[in-house]
Amino acid sequence: MVAETSAPKTTPSIGDYLRNNIREYGLLVALVVIMLFFQFLTAGVLFRPVNLTNLVLQNSFIVIMALGMLLIIVAGHIDLSVGSIVAFTGGLSAIMLVKWGLHFSIVVPLCLVLGGLVGAAQGYWVAYRKIPAFIVTLAGMLVFRGLTYLVLQNRPIGPFPKDFQLLSTGFIPDFLYFINPLPGVITNFFALVAVLVLVALAIYYGIKDRRTNDLHGTENEPFAFFVLQMGIISAVAIFLGFQLSTYKGFPNVLVVMALLIALYTFVTTRSTIGRRIYAMGGNEKAAKLSGINTERLTFYTFVNMGVLAALAGMIIAARLNSATPKAGVGFELDVIAACFIGGASASGGVGKITGAVIGAFIMGVMNNGMSIMGLGIDYQQLVKGLVLLAAVFFDVYNKNKG
Amino acid sequence: MDNIILEMRGITKTFPGVKALDNVNLKVREGEIHALVGENGAGKSTLMKVLSGVYPAGTYDGEIHYDREVRNFSTISDSEHLGIIIIHQELALVPLLSIAENIFLGNEIATNGVIDWPKTFSRTQELLSKVGLKEPPTTRITDIGVGKQQLVEIAKALSKKVRLLILDEPTASLNETDSDALLKLLMEFRKQGMTSIIISHKLNEIKKVADKITILRDGGTVETLDCHSEDIGEDRIIKGMVGRDMEDRYPPREPKIGETLLEVKNWNVFHQQHRDRQFLHNINFNVRAGEVVGIAGLMGAGRTETVMSIFGKSWGHKITGEVFMHGKLVDVSTIPRAIDAGLAYVTEDRKQLGLVLNNNIMHNTTLSNLNAVAANGVIDDHKERKVATDYRSKLRIRSHSIYQEAVNLSGGNQQKVVLSKWLFTSPEVLILDEPTRGIDVGAKYEIYTIINQLAAEGKGILMISSEMPELLGTCDRIYVMNEGRIVAELSKKEASQESIMRAIMRSGEKH
Repeated sequence: MVAETSAPKTTPSIGDYLRNNIREYGLLVALVVIMLFFQFLTAGVLFRPVNLTNLVLQNSFIVIMALGMLLIIVAGHIDLSVGSIVAFTGGLSAIMLVKWGLHFSIVVPLCLVLGGLVGAAQGYWVAYRKIPAFIVTLAGMLVFRGLTYLVLQNRPIGPFPKDFQLLSTGFIPDFLYFINPLPGVITNFFALVAVLVLVALAIYYGIKDRRTNDLHGTENEPFAFFVLQMGIISAVAIFLGFQLSTYKGFPNVLVVMALLIALYTFVTTRSTIGRRIYAMGGNEKAAKLSGINTERLTFYTFVNMGVLAALAGMIIAARLNSATPKAGVGFELDVIAACFIGGASASGGVGKITGAVIGAFIMGVMNNGMSIMGLGIDYQQLVKGLVLLAAVFFDVYNKNKG
Repeated sequence: MDNIILEMRGITKTFPGVKALDNVNLKVREGEIHALVGENGAGKSTLMKVLSGVYPAGTYDGEIHYDREVRNFSTISDSEHLGIIIIHQELALVPLLSIAENIFLGNEIATNGVIDWPKTFSRTQELLSKVGLKEPPTTRITDIGVGKQQLVEIAKALSKKVRLLILDEPTASLNETDSDALLKLLMEFRKQGMTSIIISHKLNEIKKVADKITILRDGGTVETLDCHSEDIGEDRIIKGMVGRDMEDRYPPREPKIGETLLEVKNWNVFHQQHRDRQFLHNINFNVRAGEVVGIAGLMGAGRTETVMSIFGKSWGHKITGEVFMHGKLVDVSTIPRAIDAGLAYVTEDRKQLGLVLNNNIMHNTTLSNLNAVAANGVIDDHKERKVATDYRSKLRIRSHSIYQEAVNLSGGNQQKVVLSKWLFTSPEVLILDEPTRGIDVGAKYEIYTIINQLAAEGKGILMISSEMPELLGTCDRIYVMNEGRIVAELSKKEASQESIMRAIMRSGEKH
């Protein structure tokens, strides 16, 4: 009996592995297929450097908010107020920058703190007063939209100082212009070098990880898979990096977004906080009886959401170069949809950062592609709704089958 | 009495990769109580699902003869139509609806969709009197106890003109009084000619009521015992279930009792919901190193509430009293503090309160002591994996790997995962609340062995159980609780089923 339980696990076959990870790969394949589909339908416009840059700029705030929303959904809650927080913090930043003339280095952190306070105000009712998040944040959605109208006095405020606008419209400068071998083609050599370095680092750490896993006897994914996966991801990254390097390089927002994605992936997969959020979403009572302070954890997931929504609010304001009371209307739905397309479960405990990010980009590419094709908002909404339903059906179908 | 009402012949049912039933035969006479026993996973519930049409005809091999005709049920309503009613372990009642509404749910007494309430209530009243329930038909299900809920399920079965009643572990969550009432009711029905099949792990109850016992093991029929032609002892049944003799159901232990670890003094607690009602009165008890201490009592005596109120005040309000560890006053006002003080609490309901079911064994194991496998809030994968692997082999958790989700484990293995979680916090006193509920004989023995090992290591064990033989077989000392008070403290020598019941009955008379 002891022999049976302690026998080392044989490595899973490729088929097993694929079956267990069908969600992640399926999602990635779906994104690639959708991109190729629109590349074809838009006669090659989608992958043009200008459009790729736009794609990033248009979706960065959805992706950033999806990071916080995923934690909230995994914790077993929902936040409907993020669209209003976007408008509210955008409005506050406009007043501080434009009306009061404060420097952006003061305004940006201050607005992040204010966003955190907004999140705390809602998190308090959810965590400590046990009011369902749906109701609290529905109230928050109305309250903060109303406050936005009040502080902006129903008028848009703008334009912003140049340095603040750079948050959204700026690019990482070409530090390496002096060694650019192809000045005619590549206009930002640094971007290309950065991508190549990152790809090399990813491969290095990927291999190193497998080594340590082998050393400790932890299961690795099949080697063929590792190679295939690394190959495809590297090729796509290099292609996209090259395209961007022939335009203006990396938008500032892309860097912010990438750092946040990395940070939240780390938090959800490797940190004790992340683990506890998943446990709490899976079974709140059991988590509490295991000594986890579930109230405080819930409270902070909402604070975190508020901070990210404030960041998104400033990015949007900087991008539009004006803060309007109508900013961010309906964003909560895009953000929530991104999480669910990405495989999060409405009942909590399940979901991945990578899933939510890919989900956000699936929505973003569809928006972008359909806009280029000249399809109206009517069709866009229709298609997005159907994609959401299809993605969740795929989940349910898989679960029942397995 | 010689009519065979049901005969299942050569039933074979396969799930992908598993043969759940292999050529099972079952013959039930009209008017008898037929018990179906076997370890968890032996195929009892699957067999009953085949019978009731949950698994429709065609998805299994073999024949079902009912009333001397071959039947092919394709839905549950097909079998219900012929009077085969199954009451599942998890009751299928809607908590916020009334008794009457539940009884006639899906089967309402109505004309053109308009419910005839007077008739519904009078019919409900009739049915309730048959099962001996005095509650008004308008009482909501949530307001009555589990025992009475079970009776409502039976009343619901009666409303459907039941001829063959199947009960899946009907007494698993009932206390002795309620269980007795239920068993008496079954015997009453037998007099009226009704046939029942009862699935149960409680062999003493089966002995009491069953006419025949069919034993299943690993998806096959082992034998059918006739309780009238020979005297069937519990050991005889267990032998059939596990396929070997089980001399002693409780592993032997030489207690080495040391100093007092946990001492609770003057513990008073008010009810969680009814806030002005005092629920626990002046509780005093202690647990010593190397000692297994039991708390006996009927359902609702306040045993779970006592330990939960001590464990981080997770139950009750207006809690007063003192908790000492090693003679020093400790703060147990939150769960993390109680854990720090050296307490661990294995909950009664492992699915709802013990495990995060969709997390794997490893994540469940380290949940209560995550910081021990992490540095600065970052989890060390390899350390975590090692901890989980160690506990998996130490406690013999049967699973294909530590990455298996808890939901896919059997009850016994789930309980071992919960135990791993708490052992990893290295507690000094381990509180076990119904540690062997709903798990099979073999796994029970393993849990008792673990308990003995822990006691031998010098830990104190406080164990709540509704199964008196279990307490008598494992404990060095037993406290008896009734109506929120400790009414007796019995040494191993003094303790017996009779002395415990006597203590409960006597204390009941006083109030």
